[in-house]
Amino acid sequence: MLHQPAHKAGSVERLEAEPVNAARLRKPLYEKRRKIFPKRAEGRFRRFKWFVMLVTLSIYYLTPWIRWDRGAYAPDQAVLIDLAARRFYFFFIEIWPQEFFFVAGLLVMAGFGLFLVTSAVGRAWCGYACPQTVWVDLFLVIERFIEGDRNARMRLDAAPWTLDKVRKRVAKHAIWLVIGVATGGAWIFYFADAPSLMKSFIALEAAPAAYMTVAILTATTYVFGGLMREQVCTYMCPWPRIQAAMLDENSLVVTYNDWRGEPRSRHAKKAAAAGEVVGDCVDCNACVAVCPMGIDIRDGQQLECITCALCIDACDGVMDKLGRERGLISYATLSDYAANMALATSNGATAIDPRRMRDANGAFVEQVRQFDWRIIFRPRVLLYFAVWALVGVGMLYALVSRDRLELNVLHDRNPQYVVESDGSVRNGYMLKLLNMIPEQRRITLTLDGMPSARMRIAGQAPGDGRSFSVAVDADKITALKVFVTLPKDRLAEAEAGFSFKAEDLSSHERDIYRANFNQPGTAK
Amino acid sequence: MTDKHIDEITGVETTGHEWDGIRELNNPMPRWWVYSFYATIIWAIGYAVAYPSWPLLTEATKGVLGYSSRAEVSAELTEAKAAQAGNLERIASSTVEDIMANPELKQFAIAAGASAFKVNCAQCHGSGAAGGKGFPNLNDDEWLWGGKPEEIYQTIAHGIRYTGDGETRVSEMPAFTDMLAPHEVRATAAYVASLTGTPSNPALVESGKQLFAENCASCHGADARGTRELGAPNLADAIWLNGEGEQAVIDQMRSPKHGVMPAWLQRIGDPVVKELAVFVHSLGGGE
Repeated sequence: MLHQPAHKAGSVERLEAEPVNAARLRKPLYEKRRKIFPKRAEGRFRRFKWFVMLVTLSIYYLTPWIRWDRGAYAPDQAVLIDLAARRFYFFFIEIWPQEFFFVAGLLVMAGFGLFLVTSAVGRAWCGYACPQTVWVDLFLVIERFIEGDRNARMRLDAAPWTLDKVRKRVAKHAIWLVIGVATGGAWIFYFADAPSLMKSFIALEAAPAAYMTVAILTATTYVFGGLMREQVCTYMCPWPRIQAAMLDENSLVVTYNDWRGEPRSRHAKKAAAAGEVVGDCVDCNACVAVCPMGIDIRDGQQLECITCALCIDACDGVMDKLGRERGLISYATLSDYAANMALATSNGATAIDPRRMRDANGAFVEQVRQFDWRIIFRPRVLLYFAVWALVGVGMLYALVSRDRLELNVLHDRNPQYVVESDGSVRNGYMLKLLNMIPEQRRITLTLDGMPSARMRIAGQAPGDGRSFSVAVDADKITALKVFVTLPKDRLAEAEAGFSFKAEDLSSHERDIYRANFNQPGTAK
Repeated sequence: MTDKHIDEITGVETTGHEWDGIRELNNPMPRWWVYSFYATIIWAIGYAVAYPSWPLLTEATKGVLGYSSRAEVSAELTEAKAAQAGNLERIASSTVEDIMANPELKQFAIAAGASAFKVNCAQCHGSGAAGGKGFPNLNDDEWLWGGKPEEIYQTIAHGIRYTGDGETRVSEMPAFTDMLAPHEVRATAAYVASLTGTPSNPALVESGKQLFAENCASCHGADARGTRELGAPNLADAIWLNGEGEQAVIDQMRSPKHGVMPAWLQRIGDPVVKELAVFVHSLGGGE
């Protein structure tokens, strides 16, 4: 040790100064993503997720290929969004643009459905049904198939670039891109006749928009599903932020039950023999290894958690091996958890003592709150369900009772009336007949009211003047210019107004449009 | 930032902003997010080079790609014109009767005529073609010179009393102040009024009928129903070009008004005149 020259106390003034970028204050501007290597989980939730994945992906990829006979006038595709003709086909339902409120209703139902599910069973959407979750799962299947499970993947990631590593990586990304193309490809088939679009797409004759769409969706699928994964949920998706408002103390959330797990110990047997208090958790980290979001559920509720329940599967497997009850990690409500914690810590007075939860035989004491499924049917959930069902029933009613024949009338405003040479008064109307079924029909157009009035349809052969039969095309709007004339001495009849009646005599479908008749002195 | 605030729960420093007690954590950004942000900046620079962007004093920078929305519009207009070219050629090469006989062509002509009407005709005839005093209503079924498509075509093409066109339709009603005494004018007007209503002095009608036969029937016809060859209006119907009633008839006999319509053939070309004829015919009064 060197001899330091001694300073006299007080000879140097100490200044209270600190650099603005002192090392202890420095923070990185950004953080790079920490790689996550989710391990394959096995158990009931994983099996359920496989099932949901199979169903949702099948629906997405196969729906456009379902054929549906619509006759000669419409495409034979069960689900089709025909933007060019502005028609939406869904099996036996055909929706015109002015019926778009059905789609709005579906969106309202989707919104309330999300509230309903979230308040009942937590973030089930995120964990099971969200496309991001499903496709990441699919991409992980490919990754495991080529590179192996967690440990093998970590080794490969750390290994230097060898021919074998290049081969594996190229194969993985190639298959990912193929899935991306298939995903974008399936999307465009919803907007055109699938088989013919497939042919023209492969022959490079499809519209540029089709290729653009496939390219963009391929890129998003590949980037979100393959490269970004949990980053999408953590940083990009608004839904996790909304959870806080959706969940309450009775919603199901994936919970680490530390009232029985803590204090965790890797050497439970030794510790127990030494008389220490040990919980059920053996700190094996299986729950962390399987987590696709790369979090530790034992840290409590986190916004990153998508409640996919794979940690439950992983932990249940470990508990089975140890001969302990399942459910160290489980779906639980926050209120049950809080009650159990209060019991384990005697209302926060002590640290967690899992012995308080068990009787002499090691079974849980009666006070331990277990999940009661009846809590799902609480007023809030029932209210959501009622609103959701109400919208659904209303839409079903609207669907079965809606007109497939519609008559719209536009009264000429300029001029509002025309006086003919014999003194009679003529009004012009633009009639639009909407034939909303894929069949040609004959519609009978009749004047109702104003008994002396006569009707003339431009470009049609003269009828009897009160009623005409008009041919309308399948699935089309037929526009007719109609002139209605009242004789000079019968103008008073216009006071009561009149109606146009359109009727399909074979099916008795009809639509009536009440109209006005202008004449000198009444025009506004 | 003067005073630092550390969030209790996370142990993370906050940005120092506060809204209703809520503070914003100052976590580092994800790397991909920052890189995406840089990428947008690079994109913006590239965009500003490639496309018109920077406003200068009199214009804006052009961009190396030479894109302009006006050029795009004119390209679209050219395309639209090209799409109509087929119909325009067929209209140019067909007669008005042929156009009327072909529903598709007729529909096109009506649409084109409607827009040409608003540009060239609405100033006098009104945007709804309902006319006004001195300007014929084209919706009704009275036609001074005929209401068949080809007659309407002729009227539009060569005009009425239009000195610049040799084929224009001409007619003139003389002023009767020199030929008839004032009481005879009144009597004639009383007779004309009696055809469609009640004259102010029914006693004059009998002498008026005689005067009408001598002075007016040669043009307006013995039954006062007008003569199309001369453009003489029907005096026995409900439609009056220059005002209704006895006084209007007297005024017209004393100092006749004569409308003038320009000839349109040279101005707007034969196809547009055909379109206008078909459109006017379709207004509801065509014969």
